Amino acid sequence: MITTVTSLGRSGLSDWLIQRISAFVMTAYLFFIVGYLIANPELNYSQWAALNSSLPMRMFSLLTMLSIAAHAWIGMWCVLTDYITERLIGPKATAIRIFFQLGMIAVTMLYVIWAIDILWGI
Amino acid sequence: MLNVSIYRYNPEVDAEPYMQDYQVDTQGKDVMVLDVLEKLKTEDPSLSFRRSCREGVCGSDGLNISGKNGLACITPLSSAVKGNKLVIRPLPGLPVIRDLVIDMSQFYAQYEKIQPYMINNSPAPAIERLQSPEERAKLDGLYECILCACCSTACPSFWWNPEKFIGPSGLLQAYRFLADSRDTATEERLANLDDPFSVFRCHGIMNCVQVCPKGLNPTKAIGHIRNMLIRSAT
Repeated sequence: MITTVTSLGRSGLSDWLIQRISAFVMTAYLFFIVGYLIANPELNYSQWAALNSSLPMRMFSLLTMLSIAAHAWIGMWCVLTDYITERLIGPKATAIRIFFQLGMIAVTMLYVIWAIDILWGI
Repeated sequence: MLNVSIYRYNPEVDAEPYMQDYQVDTQGKDVMVLDVLEKLKTEDPSLSFRRSCREGVCGSDGLNISGKNGLACITPLSSAVKGNKLVIRPLPGLPVIRDLVIDMSQFYAQYEKIQPYMINNSPAPAIERLQSPEERAKLDGLYECILCACCSTACPSFWWNPEKFIGPSGLLQAYRFLADSRDTATEERLANLDDPFSVFRCHGIMNCVQVCPKGLNPTKAIGHIRNMLIRSAT
């Protein structure tokens, strides 16, 4: 058993499950938005604003944003732990990897907070 | 004449590895890659490679043959030669000791980690622990692994994290014991695998399946382990 402190779910199974569920939510959102745009070719601002200010749409958008954040965290964590290692770039790898991991987590969280601000500011 | 290009490296003499070109007269026969190596060895005794049974059972002569991992003894020239050229390198990702001989310590360390032996602390029966034909059938496609390392050294996840990711070969063996009705350490085995590296660094690209000289399917075994983890943890 290998311990990890910067992965999202701390467990491989948890990360794997979150990755799949978040992918499903993002796909559903994509289909909905594209479908909505196709179904409403004459879309105007007031209609678009009304859609996005309704509570169910806000919840769906926020759920998608959280899914993107979780998906990106798990994916980026995998990339960083694959390529920023002592084996590949030398003894400073651990410090560089932690820097990028924490940076990636901070940026992800900031995006989520920003998204909440946008969604509830419409 | 067949053009053969072989990876050479003797750390006592060479500053860095290089490719050496040879010409071999195979008399038009579709012999195995190992036969070519043996012939070259008689001409150049300094050429080093591992071999033993020469019939795909011992797993000693795993090599990267024209870009694809395989056993030299059961790979015919007809499937390996491209444009009258045969390129032979050591299995990728593990340290080279000399020429085509690699240091497999990391590979064996991962194998050891999965406890590749039966664990059953109940008193041993007088003769043997019995299995039904159905229980025994679950081990087919798993027990045949000869630990040649062709799969694990074809896996990028194993290249990047050989000390953390168990690799396709080790995971196939892990499932071999998880699937065995006589083994009683299933929970303990699963608990040791539920981290983001040991099993889940497999992204299912199936290089392992493509190269396995015994036709086994480590990706499928990894999927079974994942399903067992899901069943026990949800």
